[in-house]
Amino acid sequence: MATMNMLQAINNALDIAMAEDEKVICFGEDVGIFGGVFRATSHLQEKYGKARCFNTPLVEQGIIGFANGLAAQGSVPVAEIQFADYIFPAFDQIVNETAKFRYRSGDLFNVGGLTIRTPYGGGIAGGLYHSQSPEAYFTHTPGLKVVVPRNPYQAKGLLLAAIRDPDPVLFLEPKRLYRASVGDVPEEDYQLPIGEAEITKEGTDITVVGWGAQMEVIGKAVELAEEQGIACEVIDLRSLLPWDADTVAESVLKTGRLVVSHEAPLTGGFAGEIAATIQERCFLYLESPIARVTGLDTPFPLVLEKEYLPDHLKIFEAIRESVNF
Amino acid sequence: MMTQYVHQPEFMTGDEFSIPTFSLLNPEGELYSGAIEPALERDHARRIYQAMLATRILDERMMAAQRQGRLSFYMQCTGEEAAVVGATAALNDADMIMAQYREQGALMYRGFSIDEFMNQLFGNELDYGKGRQMPIHYGSRKLHYMTISSPLATQIPQATGYAYGQKLAGNGHCTLTFFGEGAASEGDFHAALNMASVHQVPVIFFCRNNGYAISTPAVEQFAADGIAPRAFGYHMHVIRVDGNDVLAVYEATRLARKIAVEQNQPVLIEAMSYRLAAHSSSDDPSGYRSKDEEEVWRAKDPLLRLQKWLLKKQWWSEEEETSQQETLRREVLETMKRAEKRSSPPLESLISDVYADITPSLQRQFDQLKRHIRRYPEAYPRGAQSLDLDVGTETDTQGEA
Repeated sequence: MATMNMLQAINNALDIAMAEDEKVICFGEDVGIFGGVFRATSHLQEKYGKARCFNTPLVEQGIIGFANGLAAQGSVPVAEIQFADYIFPAFDQIVNETAKFRYRSGDLFNVGGLTIRTPYGGGIAGGLYHSQSPEAYFTHTPGLKVVVPRNPYQAKGLLLAAIRDPDPVLFLEPKRLYRASVGDVPEEDYQLPIGEAEITKEGTDITVVGWGAQMEVIGKAVELAEEQGIACEVIDLRSLLPWDADTVAESVLKTGRLVVSHEAPLTGGFAGEIAATIQERCFLYLESPIARVTGLDTPFPLVLEKEYLPDHLKIFEAIRESVNF
Repeated sequence: MMTQYVHQPEFMTGDEFSIPTFSLLNPEGELYSGAIEPALERDHARRIYQAMLATRILDERMMAAQRQGRLSFYMQCTGEEAAVVGATAALNDADMIMAQYREQGALMYRGFSIDEFMNQLFGNELDYGKGRQMPIHYGSRKLHYMTISSPLATQIPQATGYAYGQKLAGNGHCTLTFFGEGAASEGDFHAALNMASVHQVPVIFFCRNNGYAISTPAVEQFAADGIAPRAFGYHMHVIRVDGNDVLAVYEATRLARKIAVEQNQPVLIEAMSYRLAAHSSSDDPSGYRSKDEEEVWRAKDPLLRLQKWLLKKQWWSEEEETSQQETLRREVLETMKRAEKRSSPPLESLISDVYADITPSLQRQFDQLKRHIRRYPEAYPRGAQSLDLDVGTETDTQGEA
């Protein structure tokens, strides 16, 4: 075991993947000698050479288009988009190409080797364009997998699984936790399953679901609730596409109550999908309406970021209201 | 165009064309032999220099303030003041500017006040952008300066569209868009140039080739001879200019503007310069370039070059330089103190301007937010500041309806 922050864990996963398989290739804006603006790819160019870890020109659609071609050829590209806010020039390549490559060719060709890494989320005074959580645009795209780790241990195990997964994976990294989240991480190779949620805390009164950076916020809210004698069951989805409805449904059958929280805006957010599925599967067991605690239906603000964010107090209030319904 | 047939295979690389760099002033502030001095009046030349100097000082002070933790983020224009201010000075002040994010010199030239800069930097109640964007994302309707958007190159095709509208309006104005050599890799750049050429649009594409896109050097950005040759592919006028020579930048842009507004033709200008500072306050260039390299460019400082020329013409003096610097530094510091103390934009600014009118759904979310803030005012000091905490929750909907 070593103590790592999330960036070190991601760097370590990339290092292991590149050492094991020479087909693994990392690239993106500034990822070469500089090691990425967050340093997730530090020293990879030194270790594996410029042909396998390199800077690209500044063109996101080019990065993902190139990555699609490289993956179709049989390589294992790990492409970095510097901020999730800047993924949209590549939207066409991801939604129309990455996601449909296998289907449209009748599995003659696929880009399953592709992993797209990108930092997402707010709370760093990043304003409109360094804060967004664009997961729901991609969870609406069959053919993609969408994975979000909550801490260094999860990040390493899930990233290694994503790189080796037979399908293309969008790997959203909670940048607020890059250095803030520190924990024990095995130095050896390991993988965590994609598509399986994790119950991080058991409880009987209410189920609280989230993913990524929001898990830390949920943790604080749950502490407040526990002080008031409310026993919360906490679930980290870890993977949004596919998502583990069984684990959530099973929990809600037990607790009868559900709160889902994400930073992205309310309307069209992934919490809506969860709420719809769970009311189908647990309708007669629900004791209160499923609550969504999310960002507002506005662009991400700057000065009033604190007011915008679904923080622990808002989640705590939603838990309280649900229990007192 | 007539097709010309040949009967031996011939590949071309573009090396057949070599694009020279237009320059007028040498680093000593003297005209090169054969160079013709642009017709710049004394006051105009002084206005250009003062805008460059003010930009330099604002940048120095604000980067220092960022280092002291007074400001969340900052970006400097340092080393590129001649390119930005020179180009702006050659426009009509009513021409539209669509910048990338490092062009505060253009606003300075057009008269954006230090107060206006500070209000945006601190996102206070007087910020035109209502505290929504990170520092340096300025905008000014009265100064014809489009509000900055962080995503790179998005402004370039918008400039083509804006200028097409200007052409239809027949007002004799054009649009100039600034961008870096890194942004020119984006697809938006190519879309913009192609459409401008096809639709004969009065737009000037001004590329600040400053050598770096964050850490990525120009040699890893493109294999060709810079950005300028791309104009050929779109059948567009192009000129490359020494970006540290403000007279050359001014003259090139002045002539480009004539082509744009008199012939309705787009022009590409590539200004060769160097980003002397870090990409931003979040960046550390020591990880990817040498101090020696920076020193070479420091010696080509565009401010010094213009200052020497002005001194020789006796349009500027050492005394003025000293007093102007002192005045500017004092003004920046005093203005900063004022701006820091001002209130944040009101809580309502969270939900206004998403649409022309606030939707019922968003209003409901906002009412819920206000009830929440009233319950925990100490957790949201900025939001609580603009709420009357004594008002009961039940009056929320009535009050805002």
